[in-house]
Amino acid sequence: MPSGRCRVLDRAEQPDTSKPTDPAAGLRPVAFRGAGFAPKASRRAGWIALALVIALWQLAGSAGWVNSLFLPAPLAIARAIYQLAQSGVLWKHLSYSIMRIGTGWILGTIAGIIVGFSIGLSSLARGVGITFISALFPIPKIALLPLLILWLGIGEEPKIATIALGVFFSTAISVYSGVDAVPRNLIRMAQSFNVPFHAIVRRVIWPGALPSILAGFRITASVALLLVVSAEMIGAEFGIGAFVLQAGNLMQTDQLLAGVVILSLFGLAVGRLINMLEVRLLHWR
Amino acid sequence: MDLIADHISHRFGTLEVLDDVSFTVSSGEVVAIVGPSGCGKSTLLSILGGLLQPGAGQAELRGAALPASFNPLTFVFQDFALLPWCTVEENVAFPLLHTGLGAAERQGIVGDALRRTGLTDFQGTYPKQLSGGMRQRVGIARALAVRPAILLMDEPLSALDSQTRELLMEDFIGLLADGGMGAVYVTHNLEEAVRLADRIVVLSRRPGRIREIVSIPMTRAERGDINARGQLLSLQNELWSLIREEAIDAEREVQGA
Repeated sequence: MPSGRCRVLDRAEQPDTSKPTDPAAGLRPVAFRGAGFAPKASRRAGWIALALVIALWQLAGSAGWVNSLFLPAPLAIARAIYQLAQSGVLWKHLSYSIMRIGTGWILGTIAGIIVGFSIGLSSLARGVGITFISALFPIPKIALLPLLILWLGIGEEPKIATIALGVFFSTAISVYSGVDAVPRNLIRMAQSFNVPFHAIVRRVIWPGALPSILAGFRITASVALLLVVSAEMIGAEFGIGAFVLQAGNLMQTDQLLAGVVILSLFGLAVGRLINMLEVRLLHWR
Repeated sequence: MDLIADHISHRFGTLEVLDDVSFTVSSGEVVAIVGPSGCGKSTLLSILGGLLQPGAGQAELRGAALPASFNPLTFVFQDFALLPWCTVEENVAFPLLHTGLGAAERQGIVGDALRRTGLTDFQGTYPKQLSGGMRQRVGIARALAVRPAILLMDEPLSALDSQTRELLMEDFIGLLADGGMGAVYVTHNLEEAVRLADRIVVLSRRPGRIREIVSIPMTRAERGDINARGQLLSLQNELWSLIREEAIDAEREVQGA
């Protein structure tokens, strides 16, 4: 920033009107007016702001400004996480949640990719598939859990099926949009060289749709996390969702927020994983 | 091998774009197709190359292609149509992957095509790292790798700046010099047509009909001579006078309802 002062919006300095220009000389600089509209995220500013909020939160707790029952201080949450990790309770809950997310996500993703590609490549599948997806996609999948429990029993299956359903629709949509977005000229090029259909799908359409598919993974990962917590709150003995609910019932707010922090970290870790996948697979972009 | 346009007509919906176009291209011969914008030049090329089904008439092949040809009719595209996730080498190898060729033999052909287009040092780079001219060289190397009988070139230089265009034109002249390969060269640039083609098919404004077929009475090698410049320029002017009125009408046309 040219002035060194911190401003909310990046703007060009207004010309200094206090110093009159000399009209006789007829010489004045062209005022710069091209600044702004290019914000850069400063990593450091973000971390400092986060640290400040956490410090303020801790101070509010330590100084007794807020009741620690309603809002436990960060240190208390950290202590709770440490104890949960030490006692092994954390791993037990976490492993159940990860198992459900993993299984549900993989099933939903495989089905979504198959259906998405069919919709992207076949007129029949497109006509039928888009109608069904448009009708079923808006249903909040958690509303189907009771029905799925009736169908599949009270074990893991209904929870996994709920997650798989949620993941399936988003994946199918992002896959067929990705297939649609593959530049037609590349497909025509491949056809002009007599490349067979399966090779066009594998070498042109799949890599061309991959950016959209990976962007879909980012959405389905958060859908899966949302659904696993909801499903575990409705009916589960173990799992982060069940743990958070129990802690709330027992007014153990430090434990409750410990669970929330774990969920946040889990979400961040998955996001990182997808970033790494993108860097590896989409390095050509 | 000859490529024949046999009374080809085509319409998009109610819009008539081509009307009864017939001509023949033989291997070793370069035929340019010129005409005002929107006259169906590119549509005609797509039909000739089997990428579009004509409304009436058909594209035909006569005679055998060279036995070594993997793809007798091969396109070079205006927008290059390179796979952005493949390196230069992989892009050139792409059409050969399904020909049943062994890896070693394929590499030999790809290496040769890269050498002929001056791309050997760029084989590991990705399209986005290359300039427009180099990208089109990759498109040409890919076309050469399948040993085409007839190249179908759809405004291959239109996306490039004038200096790069000049350089690639010299490349084309070099590649066409050995005489084995024929080409259909669609362009709106009359200078390119006059410098490259043996015959120039002049299409009328939409719906495109053949207005005239102009032969260039010089070999490509002779056209490089400084003394030929005047004659080429007058040919170019002659073509322009054929197209000018219709180009004005085409430009002023309002699209849609």
